[in-house]
Amino acid sequence: MDFTEEQLKRYSRHIILPEVGGKGQKKISEAKVLIAGAGGLGCPVGYYLAAAGVGTIAMVDNDHVELSNLQRQIAHSVKTVDVNKADSAKQTFEALNPDVNVIAIKERLNSKNILDLFKDYDIIVDGTDNFPTRYLINDACVMLNKPLVSGAILRFEGQVTTILPHDGPCYRCLFEEPPPAGLVPSCQEAGVLGVLPGVIGALQATEVLKLIIGKGEPLKGNLLIYDALGVNFRKVKIPKNDKCPVCGKEPTITDLKDLPEEYCSI
Amino acid sequence: MKLIINGNDTEVKDNLTVAGLLSDLEIEPARVAVEVNLVIIKKADYNEHVLKDGDTVEVVNFVGGG
Repeated sequence: MDFTEEQLKRYSRHIILPEVGGKGQKKISEAKVLIAGAGGLGCPVGYYLAAAGVGTIAMVDNDHVELSNLQRQIAHSVKTVDVNKADSAKQTFEALNPDVNVIAIKERLNSKNILDLFKDYDIIVDGTDNFPTRYLINDACVMLNKPLVSGAILRFEGQVTTILPHDGPCYRCLFEEPPPAGLVPSCQEAGVLGVLPGVIGALQATEVLKLIIGKGEPLKGNLLIYDALGVNFRKVKIPKNDKCPVCGKEPTITDLKDLPEEYCSI
Repeated sequence: MKLIINGNDTEVKDNLTVAGLLSDLEIEPARVAVEVNLVIIKKADYNEHVLKDGDTVEVVNFVGGG
């Protein structure tokens, strides 16, 4: 596509960067990114990707906006309380940048719909709030060979990693099995500093843009851990596990399965 | 002996296992993954894996919020 006068102005600070340029901005405008979860992480990731001009952004969430979300979920507002989160985010992102096609998918990801929903997107972003969905997304991305930019938050700690299936470790290489139900609290139970998903979401959005323009080093094989209280960023090298049940040499997980309900109680 | 735990030099008792280290640090084993010298230790091996002086240990929390 050729950029209009208005687009040249809108993206001028990108286009002026040698690493992006008109070519990179074109790639950004043609990219299709799916964001799982329109919550604490999904809001800033989607917001920045919309601002950057990512052509197609799918927001997947079957939940509705509540007042207690507004302390951190910056795409929503008092005007969209009780509105579906994917719809609410779509309104916000399209108001920011009408170039962007935002698709609201008002479904909960499960083993039946996930491959179909993911297949048309270039990059998947995980901003979900529970372990069953995190494992499902990881396994689906390995099976579809899709890049996955995963982020997670709790209290004052955030984690980010970029998973390039078969070219580096996956989520199960580090955490083979989900923790027992009820052992790891959710943000609802344990709290989260409202700005924390902003930090982690901005890192995820950065990873997505780097993958799209093909510049820099992706955060592959590393888990970046941010401790907000100690102002400490720690990169932990994650080895690829040849015996990984999903991305190893002889995978034992070859079909997607929904984890038993009790895991959902986090 | 000395371990490097999450990037920090830490003095611990000799012949400590991964399970013993987590217990001393008051960390619930099911809530973390443990990596020793760039190898992820399987939970089933926590009781047997004995740490050595100078080992680099990373204790990574399960964080699942979004």
